[in-house]
Amino acid sequence: MSKTIIELKHVSKVYGDTVVLKDINIEIEEGKFYTLLGPSGSGKTTILRAIAGFLDPSQGDVLFNGKRINEMPANERPVNTVFQDYALFPHMNVFENVAYGLRIRKTAKKDIEERVANALKMVRLNGFADREISELSGGQQQRVAIARAIVLEPAVLLLDEPLSALDAKLRKDMQYELRELQQRLGITFLFVTHDQEEALALSDEIFVMNDGEVQQSGTPVDIYDEPINHFVADFIGESNIVAGHMIQDYLVEFNGKTFECADAGMRPHESVEVVLRPEDLDLVAPDAGKVTVKVDTQLFRGDYYEIVAYDQLNNEWLIHSTNPAKDGENVGVTFDAEDIHVMRLNETEEDFDARLESYEGE
Amino acid sequence: MKKSSTNVAFYVPYVLWLALFVIAPLVLIIYQSFFDINGHFTLSNYATYFSSGTYILMTFNSVFYAFVITVVTLAISYPTAYLLHYTKHKQLWILLIILPTWINLLLKAYAFIGIFSQNGGINTFLSMVGIGPKQFLFTDAAFIFVASYIEIPFMILPIFNGIEELNESFVNASRDLGAKWWQTFTKVIWPLTISGVKAGVQAVFIPSLSLFMLTRLIGGNRVITLGTAIEEHFLVTMNWGMGSTIGVVLIVAMFIIMFLTGERKKKRGRRA
Ligand SMILES: Nc1ncnc2c1ncn2[C@@H]1O[C@H](COP(=O)(O)OP(=O)(O)OP(=O)(O)O)[C@@H](O)[C@H]1O
Ligand SMILES: [Mg+2]
Repeated sequence: MSKTIIELKHVSKVYGDTVVLKDINIEIEEGKFYTLLGPSGSGKTTILRAIAGFLDPSQGDVLFNGKRINEMPANERPVNTVFQDYALFPHMNVFENVAYGLRIRKTAKKDIEERVANALKMVRLNGFADREISELSGGQQQRVAIARAIVLEPAVLLLDEPLSALDAKLRKDMQYELRELQQRLGITFLFVTHDQEEALALSDEIFVMNDGEVQQSGTPVDIYDEPINHFVADFIGESNIVAGHMIQDYLVEFNGKTFECADAGMRPHESVEVVLRPEDLDLVAPDAGKVTVKVDTQLFRGDYYEIVAYDQLNNEWLIHSTNPAKDGENVGVTFDAEDIHVMRLNETEEDFDARLESYEGE
Repeated sequence: MKKSSTNVAFYVPYVLWLALFVIAPLVLIIYQSFFDINGHFTLSNYATYFSSGTYILMTFNSVFYAFVITVVTLAISYPTAYLLHYTKHKQLWILLIILPTWINLLLKAYAFIGIFSQNGGINTFLSMVGIGPKQFLFTDAAFIFVASYIEIPFMILPIFNGIEELNESFVNASRDLGAKWWQTFTKVIWPLTISGVKAGVQAVFIPSLSLFMLTRLIGGNRVITLGTAIEEHFLVTMNWGMGSTIGVVLIVAMFIIMFLTGERKKKRGRRA
């Protein structure tokens, strides 16, 4: 168990009557890669600003190594930020931008040159040192912003959508670079993105945000396999979400049929939502399936076919299949008990964790 | 093709205005400066200007006082504009700062005569607290004070606009990278608002070169600047040629200031 470096305790932020953050409780451990994942306007940047020192929380404490730092000025906090809008100094060239923090720290000239060159190399911008900021493309500017922050090797690095302007290939490269850098230097990363694939691929732990609240936190696998509610299930990956009833532990009813499942701890006959991931569904002959659906459309996605189909009750089913189906054809869909994930309505994260604990520990 | 001809049409009023009110007077002044008091074409006006100690001293005086006035105004205006940027009702405050510029210069000068004179407000107060009346009017300090007072709005406005345009995230980025307030100011805020400062310096320095009403009313003609000299030549000695020559000198000075404070093309890879 490594030590907690940053902690937000009951942090909330209110502008006028708009509540932007609602009772945020986050614990960040040293040396790990954390991601804040959520739709636009969910409060991700606001959390980073509270940690970096550009925003006074309306309520709650920001702790660094156990000490309250609410009043500590931004320049004294041992965190650096890659800003969502880059905020590169327009009157300095690339070299001077990246060297800025080092010059403030009165680093020796030779050191500065070496470290800036290394940082620029890492973001694939060697040879751009003498460029003016206005002479760079958006993606190049974004990488200068990354270089400017990482060159200081802070204890904690806050990255606000640092790869949003890059093409797919460069983005992948930079993901590897960032992850490698984070592990090599042991820097704690708090990374903001609304790209769920990026979050799943990079993070040790993810905080899923919506409407100023942390909906769920956990490892990528936990969050993907056991989303706490409709929002998380829908936001992370693609999913089929169907309303149903819990008959008893390990038995759920939906689509008019009863299925075995791997979930327990609900009240009998409680209304629930059932999540089935499209890649867990297999196409079989109509009479061999647990559900029979009629194929509506399909798209070729490269490594799989994405099939949209409807059952008799007109529920939509999203299926990922390696083999194509025929439009208008009736097919059977089958899945295993473990592929079913049952979610209670309005369950808090605490209750959810406790319930999982109670039957998974057996 | 059509488009460019409409574009040309848009320029017509501007070019006309420029020709009538900028180019023509300039040409007239330059033309006039080559004639002596008897209407003969001559270069003697320039010879007089450059050989006479009085004119050189006057020029030096003008530049010196304009410089002092500019520095005083800048020292007051920059912090004011900066604080204004962070105040709540800044538009109202700006309006209050602009307001005095709507009052005629002469009225303001007379108001100050009232305040500074032997039985004016300040001296009445000083007598009351027992320091006794002091000479304020017709001192250099009074001249600089009043001139600065009058020029301040013209300095504050461009600087204020410059600071308003400064993106707050640059300041945040600088602090995030560890810079203290003063470092952020010298390395980021000042360089990024310098164009507002330059505009303010132009707006203050150039008119200050040729202030003449104030030199007389507040400075008591102890300070004689080029402005005073021009006024004398045109209205008193009727030596328009000499007046124009000094006018040309002022115009040249103006271009020098514009050049010094103008935006120059940045050299590539220049260090900040
Ligand atoms: N100064 C402010 N005054 C009022 N509301 C604000 C202010 N700053 C942010 N907000 C609101 O706070 C909410 C959260 O903003 P925030 O910038 O944290 O979103 P985000 O999750 O970073 O979104 P994005 O992915 O679009 O960057 C938004 O609804 C925004 O409108
Ligand atoms: Mg944001």
